[in-house]
Amino acid sequence: MDMTQAVLLTIITAATPLLLAAIGELIVERAGVLNLGLEGMMATGAACGFAAATVSGSTGLGVIVAMLSAMLLASLFAFVTLTLGANQVASGLALTIVGLGLSGLIGAGFVGTSRTAVPGLSMEGLSDLPGFGKVIFGQDPFVYAAWALTLLSIVFLRWTRAGLVLRSVGENQASAHAIGLPVLKIRYWAVLFGGACAGLAGAYLSLVYTPFWSPGMTAGRGWIALALVVFASWFPFRLLLGALLFGGATVLQLHAQAASLGLPSQLLSALPYLATLLALVLMSLGRRGGSAAPGSLGQSFVPDR
Amino acid sequence: MEADETSTVAADSAKQSQMLPTIEAGLADDSARTSGLLVQMTGITKRFGAFTANDSINLGVERGQIHALLGENGAGKSTLMKILNGLLRPDEGEIVWDGETVQFESPQDAAKLGISMVFQHFSLFENLSVLENIAAALPGSIRKNGFNLRRLSKRIEEVGEAYGLALSPARPVNSLSAGERQRIEIIRALLRDPKLLVLDEPTSVLTPQEADALFVTLEQLAQKGCGLLYISHKLDEVRRLCSKATILRGGKLVGECDPRSEDVRSLAAMMVGTHVPEVRSQALHKIGDVRLEVEALTLPAPDMHAKSLNHIMLTVHGGEVLGIAGIAGNGQSELFAALSGEILAPQARTILIDTMPVGHIDIESRRALGAAFIPEQRLGHGAVPNMALSDNLVLSRHGTDRLDRYGMVNFRRARRLSDEVVSKFDVRISGKNPLASSLSGGNLQKFVVGREILARPGVLVVDQPTWGVDAGAAVAIRQALINLAAQGAAVLVISQDLDELFSISDRIAVLHEGSLSAALPTGQVTRETIGLMMAGSEVDDAA
Repeated sequence: MDMTQAVLLTIITAATPLLLAAIGELIVERAGVLNLGLEGMMATGAACGFAAATVSGSTGLGVIVAMLSAMLLASLFAFVTLTLGANQVASGLALTIVGLGLSGLIGAGFVGTSRTAVPGLSMEGLSDLPGFGKVIFGQDPFVYAAWALTLLSIVFLRWTRAGLVLRSVGENQASAHAIGLPVLKIRYWAVLFGGACAGLAGAYLSLVYTPFWSPGMTAGRGWIALALVVFASWFPFRLLLGALLFGGATVLQLHAQAASLGLPSQLLSALPYLATLLALVLMSLGRRGGSAAPGSLGQSFVPDR
Repeated sequence: MEADETSTVAADSAKQSQMLPTIEAGLADDSARTSGLLVQMTGITKRFGAFTANDSINLGVERGQIHALLGENGAGKSTLMKILNGLLRPDEGEIVWDGETVQFESPQDAAKLGISMVFQHFSLFENLSVLENIAAALPGSIRKNGFNLRRLSKRIEEVGEAYGLALSPARPVNSLSAGERQRIEIIRALLRDPKLLVLDEPTSVLTPQEADALFVTLEQLAQKGCGLLYISHKLDEVRRLCSKATILRGGKLVGECDPRSEDVRSLAAMMVGTHVPEVRSQALHKIGDVRLEVEALTLPAPDMHAKSLNHIMLTVHGGEVLGIAGIAGNGQSELFAALSGEILAPQARTILIDTMPVGHIDIESRRALGAAFIPEQRLGHGAVPNMALSDNLVLSRHGTDRLDRYGMVNFRRARRLSDEVVSKFDVRISGKNPLASSLSGGNLQKFVVGREILARPGVLVVDQPTWGVDAGAAVAIRQALINLAAQGAAVLVISQDLDELFSISDRIAVLHEGSLSAALPTGQVTRETIGLMMAGSEVDDAA
């Protein structure tokens, strides 16, 4: 395996958990809900997924449990913000704290245990193609799931009626309600989908990326995913680019540290975050006159009766 | 993910032609029943706190009937319609639909029965395209047959052409004028195959020709058995179109009549309770010096969907009202923005206020020179919905009325000035100093107009001063504009209401495709001439 291919592989691996979590959040935000609890849902997914996979010995079961646990947290968030109409920012922050705490509790008995990572795909002939064989045909199922989700969400938002209805609800909740669209129902489904994606991203971290559990292993990736949604101006394809850019910056700084360029390692570790900031600034400069955010983002919906 | 809903253009085309809603399709199964009672609302009462918006109101609409609902601003028409649409739940009373008692938990329930509404304050999605706005509102039945935007887009163009409501489906709504937005609402409601269609002031931003085309459409719908509820302040329209009228005043039912056997004055008298005065032109009409001048203003379109302005020349003298007629979307918004300073002109000398070049300075600096501006959209542009009236007054008059000192706002003075507007312009409010959003459309308009006029400007530019305002309030607003001019101010009125322009303007010019005609003295032109100039080319929007 040559050097380029190895670098590409690590970039994709670093980008995948971000992409998974961010796609879910993008759909949630397109429906007009701001769920800042991404980090908490990811951490809980990672802990529950690892625990279930270790106890049962089945990776598949681990993934399902990871998704369900994060969806459970998401449904709690949905109940509080949608049914009760609570503030979404405060509820989301609380969800992060709850999720991180819960993950520590669940994972406490599993610290120090490790599993073998989920293997990548191996296709006779194709995976061994020189150049990009392994990049395209040799990834683990999560990577393909992330790509498929990106593609599906583009199709869903752009071309389906359900996607249009979801965007309408996020754009102007009062209008959507007035013309007879079920605002809260659509938002419930969106938030649950976001939870499932966050759980999947968490499972990727504890079952593939670093196949063990340690508290706080999400390391702010939930927040980066939130920033990526803004960076992508709520378009899934730009999200894919953003995730790869961030993954690239992560890998680059590791290589730079290894090559001992004489720069302080702290500066290099900050590189991915600086890249995100820089990208956000450039985006804002390039898009003058209003933001692309969904019109009803973060607003509670309590219709007059 | 619902990938199975993805439309494929290659799908069976015969099946696809059926999936699209046609205006006829929804009514076909009802064709046998084109008469009889469709909906009966009985004893409807709705209270908001201590305020009773609807007090035991009865309203029945028959199939094939065009039923007018009349009343002043704040009479309770909108509340009643929101109840019928499922947006509000009545405190008392019942709704019988087609012989069965129904209760609406949400607008969805009303939509399922076939109740469709054209709102006065538009219920559109700003950042979506015309096509998407319409597609999102179409009923779920289309979903079963697939979802084909391309065909719907074609259908919108066809329907628009057929009914004189031209729209280009790809444009985003935020780039459209009020008239164009109104067209979307109407086409959207038509495509939903309504059994009962409620229209709240549908013609207030349409041209006479567009309105005529709409009336033909509505009559066709009625013939097919659709019930129509028609809310309008234009009593001529009501007399022409409607066979029955229900009149509300102060939340109570005051009478029913056949508008065809009444005249405009008697209808207005029933609405208001007294006779409506007419606009009196000021006898002493001194035309003074030029106070507002536009000298060869050329402005590129601010975004790809807007109109560019080409070599606009105009002068308004002190003591004079200049009317600018034109169909919605011909550059009115852009001209207003250029005059007010929301868009700066390329050279300072293209716009002059009292001979001072102002093309390069912002709206606040122009106000300091004695100008005032009243934009078309009162909610969101003319006033901040979730701020109290006095705070809204501070926003436009803080500089000219010394409402701030060292950065501190003099709220007491702002309250006094705002109360002055409320009392002098007869703004009906509930509570003291309420939020702008709590006022009905006409009352908020009176407030916004009053706020600017009481600043005693030397130059006033106003866009659609009486859009969606009842007859009494419209007369009051027009009278205020004339009186302001008589005091020596230059007043420029942009309007699509020809009756309004003819009743208040000294001269009229026509804006078409971003170019302004020469201004003609009102006494020397006919409506027909102006109508022809406005229509220059009717197909402009489809291009």
